[in-house]
Amino acid sequence: MSVREEVLARIRRNRPAGDHPLPLIPHFVIPGVEQGNLQSFSRALNAMGGRFFRSSEMSSPLAWIRENIPNARIICSAVPEVPSDRDWSAVRRPRDLADVDVAVVRAVLGVAESGSVLFTEAELKVNTLAYLAQHLVVLLDESAIVSGLQVAYTHPVFQTARYAVFHTGPSATADIEGVLIHGAQGVRSLTVIVGS
Amino acid sequence: MRVGLFIPCYMDAFEPEVGIATLELLERLGCSVEYPVDQTCCGQPMTNTGCHKEAAGTEALFVKNFIGYDYIVAPSGSCVHQVRVNMTAIEQTPEVRALRERTFELTEFLHDILDVREFPWARFPHKIGLHYNCNSLRGINLASPTEIKTACFSKPRTLLEKVPGVEFVEPARWDECCGFGGTFSVFEPAVSVKMGQDKVSDHSRAGAEYIVSADSSCLLHQKGCARHMGNPIKFMHIARILNGAVA
Amino acid sequence: MSGVESTPGQTARVLHPEVIGSRFEGARDAEGSPLVHAEGTSKPIRARTPHEPQPRGARDRGNLPVDQVEAAERFIAATEHEKAHDERLWDMRLRRDRAAHALPEWEDMRALASQIKEHALTHLDSYLCQFEAAAKANGVVVHWAADAAEHNRIVHRLLTDRGVKTLIKSKSMLTDECGFRAYMAGMGIEVIETDLGERIQQLDHEEPAHVVGPAIHKTREDVAEVFARNLGSDPNDTDIPHLASVQREATRPFILKAEAGMTGCNFAVAETGTVVVCTSEGNADLSANTPPLHIASIGIEKIIPRFEHLAVFLRLLARNAIGTPMTQYTSHFRAPRAGAEMHFVIVDNGRSERLGMKDFWTSLKCIRCGACMNTCPVYRRSGGLSYGATYSGPIGIILDPTLNRKKYSSLPFSSTLNGSCTNVCPVKINIHEQIFAWRKVMSEEHRLPVVKSEMMKVLGYVLSRPALYRAALAAADEALRLLPHFVLADPLNTWTSKGRDMPAAPPQTFHAWWREHRPQSRGHP
Repeated sequence: MSVREEVLARIRRNRPAGDHPLPLIPHFVIPGVEQGNLQSFSRALNAMGGRFFRSSEMSSPLAWIRENIPNARIICSAVPEVPSDRDWSAVRRPRDLADVDVAVVRAVLGVAESGSVLFTEAELKVNTLAYLAQHLVVLLDESAIVSGLQVAYTHPVFQTARYAVFHTGPSATADIEGVLIHGAQGVRSLTVIVGS
Repeated sequence: MRVGLFIPCYMDAFEPEVGIATLELLERLGCSVEYPVDQTCCGQPMTNTGCHKEAAGTEALFVKNFIGYDYIVAPSGSCVHQVRVNMTAIEQTPEVRALRERTFELTEFLHDILDVREFPWARFPHKIGLHYNCNSLRGINLASPTEIKTACFSKPRTLLEKVPGVEFVEPARWDECCGFGGTFSVFEPAVSVKMGQDKVSDHSRAGAEYIVSADSSCLLHQKGCARHMGNPIKFMHIARILNGAVA
Repeated sequence: MSGVESTPGQTARVLHPEVIGSRFEGARDAEGSPLVHAEGTSKPIRARTPHEPQPRGARDRGNLPVDQVEAAERFIAATEHEKAHDERLWDMRLRRDRAAHALPEWEDMRALASQIKEHALTHLDSYLCQFEAAAKANGVVVHWAADAAEHNRIVHRLLTDRGVKTLIKSKSMLTDECGFRAYMAGMGIEVIETDLGERIQQLDHEEPAHVVGPAIHKTREDVAEVFARNLGSDPNDTDIPHLASVQREATRPFILKAEAGMTGCNFAVAETGTVVVCTSEGNADLSANTPPLHIASIGIEKIIPRFEHLAVFLRLLARNAIGTPMTQYTSHFRAPRAGAEMHFVIVDNGRSERLGMKDFWTSLKCIRCGACMNTCPVYRRSGGLSYGATYSGPIGIILDPTLNRKKYSSLPFSSTLNGSCTNVCPVKINIHEQIFAWRKVMSEEHRLPVVKSEMMKVLGYVLSRPALYRAALAAADEALRLLPHFVLADPLNTWTSKGRDMPAAPPQTFHAWWREHRPQSRGHP
């Protein structure tokens, strides 16, 4: 018998008694989100250390980057709206993105409950872009903000994407004395620019 | 209403005045109270240590002593929890089950069964920090613990609010365990004492003159810690306050 | 008032104000204000004796029962470490309360999570098969490991077959349970933990002390010392952002050159064969997405049926663990990137046996949030390393005996059975009742220390014989010496050994008073 068969046989042999049906999951209304997804989203994002702007507040995302992340030498953009310093055809391996200062990516959706944004390999082009870069700038359509996680998980992308990830603010850790710092291993800052 | 009075072993030895106050209080409230003289203990020292076989004789003796009463009342939630929840080393006849279900802690008996609305003989003009034994709090639901999202209630507090002069202070961690834990107090003494010291300091810092509880076991432990720390804070079982003790 | 939900003002009160720092040190927002999100409101806690040596964990006694009591005593003796540890984790518990109770449906969600897990565990074989089939269809290679040793061998083989020299990994309690780091030492492959807490512990040759914050027991001075010793940084620079950046810079080269990355698995979604990993740093994503090989270690109990169930668990997890709605990174790995490989190692290591334990199988519902540790008053004052096991605190007490019955036979007694752990568990494991049940098992299997079991026999004998009991009390020199709870329970006088006075003996017992004042009463119905 293979290990697989042994493990499965042990599981069957040890099955606990009784009826344990799968419960029906009700849809829970998120408190505070009735005012509007956008307001909740920005509040939740700010609470996690992310920054929120409307595209109407700036001439262009690139202009915002130049002004607010002035030391950025290499911008790697995965979106057509923002020009990329890094030539994508030259990226052979994930580690070739190690010197990227600012990555610009479009999100599939945003989640008002938590201030999260969702990416898949399609938006990232190279998955590790969103982690090796020092800063992440995210473009998000206002209409793509859903109220909560329950709704987010109904999106078909979870059935098809090889890789999908929620980002909720920049990389953080409180592992030392419980003091929160940003820029643990991943990005030092995360900025969401919402357009309609 | 015939009540069988159960006095915990440590109360019998160290705090007979609490047993006397409980007896007097129940009689004032119209109960006919008897103290079966052959009682010893609820069995918790043994079951608490995992030794259920060794508890069987004591549990059987408890049942033998308390058959036939309308209610069994004890001024100790910890013991009542043992009887209602863990007294399973003996055969669970219908008689045993019924007796276990009829066993009440004093404040829940006053609150739920007698529905006492006033204590005209009582007065306690002091600042008190109210302490809950964990078996009483989470085991027999004497009050709503802070972990759970639920409507707030407290049976001991509801009763004490009817005693003129009582002023409640709020410690920082009102429902954190004080570290007694039964045999834990002697098998893990360093942690037990640290928890007791923290508990005493918490109530002290909140301004309590008295730490009050419905369980003496916790109070004995906390008092031992307080005195060793040189902290003169006073301790009183709720039965004595409800029965009219003023200090 | 006692019984009323804590108000924000009340949370400002602490047991040990002397360890609270005055300067806010956490992350700030763009305007320079302290962040209001839960972790950002963490009170800066400063040990006043900066160079108090770090208390180490339980002594290694081989397979003899762990002496948690002795280790806890040393932790308490390190007064600054103990106070800071206690305040920090109690603070986490309060933040959990605020975030959790902000959801009106909180208790309903706990019930749902418990039911989903109990269903998944009682149908585990079919969900595992569904998960495996989906994963294989996605191009993932699936391995099965019966135990820890097999897990380690499988992973090692995968690495050596590909000539891997550097492996980066994110936090996985399962890999700690398997002793993976110790196994790999000396195999010629460098294993780098990328999680800050795990890296600190790896460099300091310690196990993780807490499932969420592995180095939460260390002061910044302790961390600076570890980094100075291993990474060549300044031992006197204890600024926390600086320390984190020391690790970031030191680890990054490994991330870039590693040929393989390993993650754990928080949830395994059966319907699509997806592995879900939650981190605050993004290091699981770095470990999985940078090298060409991703290995995920998955305990069989991690299976959940569908994404709609995942939403329930994720809404509970971060709120319960750290007081925020989501962890910073929630990653879903379903299939390898083009040109890369993905391998899943499904691990049993005693879980299928535990499924057959009537009183203990529900411990498999655990989602490793750590809230039971944060709320446990014994854990907060003992430190996680005092338990001498991969899993510590309340969940450790009920899991560890299934991994080694003898070695962890003492742990169920490192508890006051106060029940707070059960109340904070997001999947409603009746933890304190299982601790109680384990004590019964240890007693029946004769694993209690002789002193304890002998004393219980004597107590059980005396307490069931009223005449004997009364005679024993009456014959005492002091009533004190015969008090059942402690008496015989206290041959070495431990009641008074650590700073607690004996109660005074009253002139007469209640029993004697009753006989004197109510002689007419028969005392029987």
